[in-house]
Amino acid sequence: MSLRVLATGVLATVQDLGRPGRSDLGVGVSGAADRRSLALANRLVGNGSDAAGLEVTAGGLVVRAEGRLVVAVTGATGPVLVRRPSGRLRPAGLARPEVLALGDELRVGAPDRGLRSYVAVRGGVDAPSVLGSRSTDLLAGLGPPPLRPGDVLPVGDETAGPVPASDSVPVSAPDDGEVTVQAVPGPRADWFCDDALRVLFGRPWEVTPDSNRVGMRLRGPVLDRAPSHVDVELPSEGVARGAIQVPASGQPLVFLADHPVTGGYPVVAVLRDREVDVAAQLRPGQRLRLRPDPVRKF
Amino acid sequence: MTEVALPTTSPVLGVRAHGDTGLLVEVADVAHALALHAALRAAPPPGLLDLVPAARSVLVRVPPGTDLAALAASVRAVRVEAPAAGTAVAAGPIVDVPVVYDGADLASVAALTGLTPAEVVAVHTGQLWTVAFAGFAPGFGYLAGADARLTVPRLRVPRTSVPAGAVGLAGEFSGIYPRASPGGWQLIGRTDHPMWRPDRDPPAVLTPGVRVRFSERAS
Repeated sequence: MSLRVLATGVLATVQDLGRPGRSDLGVGVSGAADRRSLALANRLVGNGSDAAGLEVTAGGLVVRAEGRLVVAVTGATGPVLVRRPSGRLRPAGLARPEVLALGDELRVGAPDRGLRSYVAVRGGVDAPSVLGSRSTDLLAGLGPPPLRPGDVLPVGDETAGPVPASDSVPVSAPDDGEVTVQAVPGPRADWFCDDALRVLFGRPWEVTPDSNRVGMRLRGPVLDRAPSHVDVELPSEGVARGAIQVPASGQPLVFLADHPVTGGYPVVAVLRDREVDVAAQLRPGQRLRLRPDPVRKF
Repeated sequence: MTEVALPTTSPVLGVRAHGDTGLLVEVADVAHALALHAALRAAPPPGLLDLVPAARSVLVRVPPGTDLAALAASVRAVRVEAPAAGTAVAAGPIVDVPVVYDGADLASVAALTGLTPAEVVAVHTGQLWTVAFAGFAPGFGYLAGADARLTVPRLRVPRTSVPAGAVGLAGEFSGIYPRASPGGWQLIGRTDHPMWRPDRDPPAVLTPGVRVRFSERAS
């Protein structure tokens, strides 16, 4: 049993929940950019939460079932169609299990809301595991290379239970307007002037097209350092998914799944963990507003 | 012989929130970061997911919902033997790395350090470096040496692409780029010694404690 890749769009990769616990070897976590959507897709086909599926950026994926397969598509919303070998097209539901017969093609179209779609297949995508994960880490160059037309993806046989009986689950589509997410100020908020923090949390930021699985660049006013920290060099320190780093340009960058393990620029705030999944669905041009959590002292 | 009780001390200078799933724990130097890292590895606090030791800090990562105040208290309670600089990791094997010293920043490193380019090479090859911690990218080891004369700042504007095998300097560290990537280190040379072997676990050649001896090779 396998899936044959016929088209990939701009980027389609194999993703699971990544490689946690190896950061002290320089290996980042990686995994699905929107972990919640991958987990939901897996649940809908009866997989364990750590099964590998496909992450599709901005649609364009076409895969053909080489055998009878159960799949589910979650994340970004848009047209999802099944093309029978006869040529007949039928719409497939989002966030519900769909049966593909031998020769059926699953077509994930360009999303109208959100950026990244997830395709789970019952049994999991059985790509080779590297350091405990099947995820493609684009920064580190680990895991399977991005999918290309002609690739054949074996489907595994590890399931967690039956396909759930309910036909579909209620999920809200990603927002297409201004999105507000919560962020915890620090750890290096004190490197910036008070004005910079007011601006960071006081006005919306534009997501630029210069964004990928490593990070999402935001456009807005320049965030100035505090006078005490102008031209001060930060010794490299660990950074996590969701960290908002401010490089010399003063334009913030939100780290996503394939971020480097350490960074040499100050992190002004960090998105709450669940908000990183929301941020990973933002499209270039969309606006992001950051709402500060109360500052906590330890 | 009399038993001498080793002094134990908390290495923690400060604890800062890193989102809702992490604490950035500040310490004095790499030796203290590695001592804290080793202690947390040996007796992990509840829920510990990941540790990132670095130059002056250890990032401690836990799952959402973890009580960060309790985590901070347990990190502050850790006691380590006061580490002498450069002695925090068990000495590992020695790796010999031949380098062609023709890096684009060799002249500016010489200018920044007040040495001649030949003296920069002599200082780089004349000491045993120790992998203090890994980071940045898989296979990248931060190499600490005993001789501080090669301490230089990062480039003001990072290069968009540094080739694999480039040997650089930044802060008090030397490092070797395991694969082509953007980078802000001052480049002094290049090597073809492999830094990442995917068939081994761990695949990184430079793991904490491994010592590196650089030698000059003609191009």
